[in-house]
Amino acid sequence: MSVIVQPADLAIAALRDRGGPAQPLLSVSGLVKHFPVRKGVGGKKSVVRAVDGVDFQALKGETLGIVGESGCGKSTTAKLLMGLIERDQGEMLFDGEAVGSRAMPWRTYRRQVQMVFQDSYASLNPRMTVEASIAFGPTVNGVGSREAIERARGLLARVGLEPKRFAGRYPHELSGGQRQRVNIARALALEPRLILLDEAVSALDKSVEAQVLNLLLDLKAEFGLTYLFISHDLNVVRFICDRVMVMYLGRVAELGPSDTVLAEPAHPYTQALLASMPSLDPDNRTQAALLTGDPPNPIDPPDGCRFHPRCRLAEPVCSQATPPLAPIAPLHQAACLARQPGSGHSLAPAAEQVAA
Amino acid sequence: MSANPNAPAVELVDLKVGFGKVEVVDGVDLRLERGQAMALIGESGSGKSVTLRAILRLFPEGRSRTRGKIAVAGRDVLALSKRELADFRGHVAAMIFQEPLLAFDPVYTVGRQITEAIRRHEKIDAAGARQRALALFERVRIPSPERRLDAYPHEMSGGMRQRAMIALALACRPQVLLADEPTTALDATVQIQILLLLRELQRDLGLSIILVTHDLGAAVEVADRISVMYAGRIVETGTAHQVVLDPHHPYTIGLLRSRAEGALAKEVDGKRARLQTIPGSPPDLANRPAGCPFAPRCFLAIDKCRETPPSVEVGGGHLAACWRTEEASAAYRAGPQPVRAEAAA
Repeated sequence: MSVIVQPADLAIAALRDRGGPAQPLLSVSGLVKHFPVRKGVGGKKSVVRAVDGVDFQALKGETLGIVGESGCGKSTTAKLLMGLIERDQGEMLFDGEAVGSRAMPWRTYRRQVQMVFQDSYASLNPRMTVEASIAFGPTVNGVGSREAIERARGLLARVGLEPKRFAGRYPHELSGGQRQRVNIARALALEPRLILLDEAVSALDKSVEAQVLNLLLDLKAEFGLTYLFISHDLNVVRFICDRVMVMYLGRVAELGPSDTVLAEPAHPYTQALLASMPSLDPDNRTQAALLTGDPPNPIDPPDGCRFHPRCRLAEPVCSQATPPLAPIAPLHQAACLARQPGSGHSLAPAAEQVAA
Repeated sequence: MSANPNAPAVELVDLKVGFGKVEVVDGVDLRLERGQAMALIGESGSGKSVTLRAILRLFPEGRSRTRGKIAVAGRDVLALSKRELADFRGHVAAMIFQEPLLAFDPVYTVGRQITEAIRRHEKIDAAGARQRALALFERVRIPSPERRLDAYPHEMSGGMRQRAMIALALACRPQVLLADEPTTALDATVQIQILLLLRELQRDLGLSIILVTHDLGAAVEVADRISVMYAGRIVETGTAHQVVLDPHHPYTIGLLRSRAEGALAKEVDGKRARLQTIPGSPPDLANRPAGCPFAPRCFLAIDKCRETPPSVEVGGGHLAACWRTEEASAAYRAGPQPVRAEAAA
């Protein structure tokens, strides 16, 4: 990176890339977050199981996509990773060090992990110019104010906003695409290694979305970033992600290379998600929806496999046994009893027939 | 009841809608035949929603100017009196909004709002109206409809609210259904259900539908015809087949090419393929460029583009407002990444 190294940066530089390229950048196991809720005044207490035992790894330099319907826990996962809400259980290792331990305190960790949110307007301070917003993080972390402004201007230029024209503007003077570029520049200001993009392009028009996606690709190559890309748009995920993780009701349903998962999905839920994408071929329009009804409520999720009430492959065993996330091919994991030998599901042994 | 049974469902001639100094809709011609579904697509600020709302005359008269001709099922909408307009809305043409939670009144049950609409337009007793509302809920496939009629809007899920909104729109048996981004706020799995429902209603009830959306995929799922809007004008119109598979306007081509599923070649020389984008951003409507509004961003622009291009017919009912439709079409066909739909899983 081109920015001049300051004493404060040396601490970060020391933490850069410890375990080498094979060490996962972020390794999450058994992540749990439950929210207690009360129905009505004095009503009975219940628990929203927003994230209920999630394990995954983000490898260095990859883009990992997280997809799923609303309520599946993808945004909660991002907030947990960022430390914006406290996890109930689970362990997070960042480049081999437990987050929150002495070797990797939250403050050091947060400098290396940044987040871009969906609502580009709400995530910027309306009373600060974009330049001041971008420079804020570095200033707080010990970079001199003149130098922080310098850095902010450089980043603005890098994300395609001419500093002369845009540095002094306020968020309301920018279009949605420009604001999202500012948010990306701000996320880059501390030279992070991991960026969480929570529906970062979902609110943009298609042609602007394409520009921002290209920008993300360029920045990733230039700064050697790792992305965690949360989206509901499978086409965008297919385009930008190396691996994809499909979540359903707080659990991981399927995890694997995006080409494989989105071309030959192993989990019936992934298949249903893919089938609900509009076809874009007037001669071959979608005839029937594979899933009926709305995504279920994460309060009181069903026993066994959480997808079984909506699943077309469901059998009695699915309501009793919880399927583990098990490998079905190298690098490809799915949590479905129909794909796991010896699970008691009638389709289980001949796994290949399911996809047909 | 209908003024002229052979008149098109919706006919707009040189429609202009302005707010203050800005002309948001700048000469839209559109014709929707009965029983047809048309999608109006475009990006934010293209004037698609304003066009749709103008059909119901939803803009306050003092602060907006609407000129041109709006005819719905043979009625001249701009000539309607206040009372006639109230009869017209809901009964001849009804609208579905993007955010049903904002469109419903939060302090009344959904059932009560639907029966109120029915009783406003027809002489029917409360029990009869409730019966109608129940039938509508079954029609739009709301589970346990009897119970849902007594639910408040916030007690329903997003998809169910949108179904209830459609039931409300259909309450007075309109001929024209105007849908303003009805699925944008919904999950993909719910979106496809709502789109299929709209298609089914069009077929079963003979409804004419105008669907405003920014999502080409949603448009293709529902619409027989697609009109593409840019900076307050329709730049291309034709059947879904013509517009999506054989586009003749550079803007439509840009939209198709910028879609992520168009990028088939993922790796080029070990580097990830980039998306093709439309350079620049839409024009400021207060200082519209002379001539074709898309010219400053267009890859085919020539000097002549400073004159307003005519709508050229490029084949059976397929119109494109461009001087260089031939070149555009050729460029699309020669393009490195033609957009083809992918086989469903």
